[in-house]
Amino acid sequence: MTPPRTPSKSKMKPEEIKVILATDCGSTTSKARFFKKLGNEYRFVASGEAPTTVEAPFEDVTLGVRNEILEVEELTGHKILAPHGIMTPSKGEKEGVDLYVTTSSAGGGLQMMVAGVVKTMTAESAERAALGAGAIVMDVMAVDDGRRPYQKIGRIRYLRPDMILMAGGTDGGNVTHVVETAELIDAAKPRPRLGIDFELPIVFAGNKEARVPIEKILDKAYALKIVDNLRPVLEFENTGPARNVIHELFMEHVMSHAPGYDKLMKWTPIPIMPTPAGEGRMFQAIAKTYSANVIGVGLGGATTNVYSMYEDKFVRTVSANLGMSYSICNVLKEAGTKNIVRWVPFECLEEDLRNRLYNKMIRPTTIPQTVEDLVVEHAVAREALRLGFEHHKLLARPLRGVQRRRTIADIFEQEAFEETYIDMLYIDWVAGTGGLLSHAPRRAQSALMLIDGFQPEGVTSLAQDSVFMMPHLGVLSTVHPKASMEIFEKDCLVRIGVCIAPRGVGKEGEVMEVAIRMPDNSCLEEQVSFGSIKKIPLKEGEKAEVEILPFRGGDVGQGSGKARKVVIEGGVVGIILDARGRPLVLPDEDNERKQKLIEWFKALDAYPERLYEMCGR
Amino acid sequence: MSSQAYTPGLKRKAATIVRKTRMLPIQGDVLVKKGDVVEADTIVARTFILGDVQVVNVAGLLGIDLWETSQYMLRKEGEEVEKEEPMAMIKSFFGLFKRYAFAPVSGTVERISDITGQVIIRESRVPLEVDAYIQGKAVETLPNEGAIIETPAAFIQGIFGVGGEKKGRLMIRTGSPSEALTAREIESECNGRILVGGALVTNDAIQKAIKVGAKGIVVGGIDDDDLTSFLGYKIGVAITGQEDIPLTLIITEGFGEMAMSEKTFSLLKEFDGRHASINGATQIRAGVMRPEIVIPRPELAKKKRGDLEDKGEFLEKGLLPGTPIRIIREPYFGALGVVSKLPVPLKTVESESDVRVLEAELDDGRRVIVPRANVEMIEE
Repeated sequence: MTPPRTPSKSKMKPEEIKVILATDCGSTTSKARFFKKLGNEYRFVASGEAPTTVEAPFEDVTLGVRNEILEVEELTGHKILAPHGIMTPSKGEKEGVDLYVTTSSAGGGLQMMVAGVVKTMTAESAERAALGAGAIVMDVMAVDDGRRPYQKIGRIRYLRPDMILMAGGTDGGNVTHVVETAELIDAAKPRPRLGIDFELPIVFAGNKEARVPIEKILDKAYALKIVDNLRPVLEFENTGPARNVIHELFMEHVMSHAPGYDKLMKWTPIPIMPTPAGEGRMFQAIAKTYSANVIGVGLGGATTNVYSMYEDKFVRTVSANLGMSYSICNVLKEAGTKNIVRWVPFECLEEDLRNRLYNKMIRPTTIPQTVEDLVVEHAVAREALRLGFEHHKLLARPLRGVQRRRTIADIFEQEAFEETYIDMLYIDWVAGTGGLLSHAPRRAQSALMLIDGFQPEGVTSLAQDSVFMMPHLGVLSTVHPKASMEIFEKDCLVRIGVCIAPRGVGKEGEVMEVAIRMPDNSCLEEQVSFGSIKKIPLKEGEKAEVEILPFRGGDVGQGSGKARKVVIEGGVVGIILDARGRPLVLPDEDNERKQKLIEWFKALDAYPERLYEMCGR
Repeated sequence: MSSQAYTPGLKRKAATIVRKTRMLPIQGDVLVKKGDVVEADTIVARTFILGDVQVVNVAGLLGIDLWETSQYMLRKEGEEVEKEEPMAMIKSFFGLFKRYAFAPVSGTVERISDITGQVIIRESRVPLEVDAYIQGKAVETLPNEGAIIETPAAFIQGIFGVGGEKKGRLMIRTGSPSEALTAREIESECNGRILVGGALVTNDAIQKAIKVGAKGIVVGGIDDDDLTSFLGYKIGVAITGQEDIPLTLIITEGFGEMAMSEKTFSLLKEFDGRHASINGATQIRAGVMRPEIVIPRPELAKKKRGDLEDKGEFLEKGLLPGTPIRIIREPYFGALGVVSKLPVPLKTVESESDVRVLEAELDDGRRVIVPRANVEMIEE
């Protein structure tokens, strides 16, 4: 294998770049997105998709990339492929590209193991750093995790991670336990998953006093990188340096050993970025652009990535076992058949549903042709989102170990301190990406999946990635932020609408009242009974002023039962008045549950008539 | 041209060249030479892997400071120790009292740490062997790594399996591909055999097969409940092959009761009683690893290589009018046919998705439109 070339930035000036190709080599599918400068702005032009070819029998990622590009060529008539790569720069209107960038999560993405001293302190910070860098965390090891040394050694040997991040000890603090972890890692003699002859990269981001002994133990046999402590003091988490070096090592040591990546790295002048890192950059862009608290989700075939940007804190989690194709049966396993069936409005035997999902697992690239199949996949998606978010909330919580001046009241609120800091009432945006959301035939389907999965409260804007290009724009933003943001605003971010949903549970017969001043100055007065949902059209770009009076005990951000006035912006679905209550509870009785689902689906015009005919309603 | 981008394929060949690379995970000794004729269980290469390690808190056991650990060691780094041998000792009261740290296992002292007070002992190396898996000829040796074994063979890929490599004679146990394989069809004569059934295998049948000592089962479908009972846990991701189970199970069509494809069944029937090697290992990603049934056919050795060699052209060509396919999603799940048309424009299907479709003529004469993503090519 040829040594990896250190990619350099594109030599063209940003303003000279007219034609851009971006690809994402996903775990199942590789997706090409083709952009052009049309007039003064950059726009999305076409896309192509093909199965990823990292694994046997192909074992060359570039074959899949060529296939996806072929599709773009076929659709646009624009010639892109050269015999040994990509034609650059562009020539005339129909040949070549000026910039090629790519992300990758193929072959399982970046798989890391992290270690710290105390499970809830440095180990948790290390986990956040690795996740923030776009990794899948295979295991979190800590001195106090309850495992015996031989169990940990066995686990390290078994896992074969791509990289290890070691933290532990505040600066000037504990050295012994940090060194103990290094000794265990060395005793396990872990081999990297890819390129067995290469040195396994280990990042040390712990107590600076431990650097010398750590170097002594690990420097010879591993590609050791030492960076600033990610928890220099208990009150402060500094994940940036670790995250950056993980990205560097991902390119130098991991990607360069994956099948075909040595070639792919020569095709692009920009470092290949892990897919979730690209995705995360764009969710952060939403938060920054709109000065908002944002929950983002990348619902993929193998994993579910959840991102939160809450009061300037960015946290990413990946549920490596929850996905819509390879891992669809893990969703089934974790959620349970009953929790999936509860979202299906027609008669569905549990064993049939399970067989259906197992068949999707073994043929992951198939797509629903019938409405029944579509509804079943959407049912699974709701549960994947719910579980992914529950997982996320376990990491999106205050730093542990920080000394706080505590009052009697704090002691009673200890439980609250342990919980997530994310309050759904203060989430301004919920946005989604991933094949299933992007390919949902009606946007109202995505809206319902996001609402049912995350259960936003108060007033929340909903958005989604139009054709799955957030990772592409994320990596593009590292070299051409202007193009990235223009395409993001115009072609990527689809504003679905706004969800207005009181927190709390009302009683039957109670109503939420909403007065809406529409863009033409007309005034609508709507009443939505508790347990119901309603859609009011308000187009993308249009603004309306609404006054909401929740049902008794409901809270839309002003306190229990209090009215709230707010200006909102519409979307392709419009304003969704969701008076179903939070938490959302489905009726226990089977017929009543099915009837409610149909009522909700109809209210949002979410599915074709055939579904309701099939359900006999 | 773009059709190829979508379509997975499964092989079902009566005669082809099967080539298996048999490699050690780490370097070792290759035990065969180029040209050697091997049986399926011939050992091709052997190596030793690192033994387990034991960590002993010597400083804690002796009650000394961490930094003193190496001073009290009786064995140095690199030296061997026997199980229960004293490897560190401290004397007190002018030598009257002695306290020891004993080796918990036999092995080599790998590290003595004056920072943590721990001593790491590495146990002896463990041998690791790789066999030929298929009967055939070693056509190439890979120095220090293994060999490539080749044979003319019939070769069938299943869609999903559990359990690793197994060898045995094929034994057809149902009269047709649509019959279920139940415990009734399994008797003591199935010992050591790879059983072929029709549309379904029940858990009762699997248990009976284990009891009589069958090596494997090849069948059209299985209910997920039965698979869970067999494995003892639910499968979440289709990455299999490492299960600790007494027999290997391969399903050819999918989950639920699904008649085995007529052609697959006939092919297996043709080789009833012949030696076969099977592997349930499945890893479903693009560029998938599917379970396989290899039936070596040494009688074809004199045939022209070109007639047998799999040039991989079929999958590369992608979908074309006339390509044999199987539909792998509702509403025509399991139906077989051939591609009749490949329209270029996107088409809206019942779910309202706009997708690339194909028109297929099914074996029962129906003409149907299905998303291209919902078919697999069958290579014959």
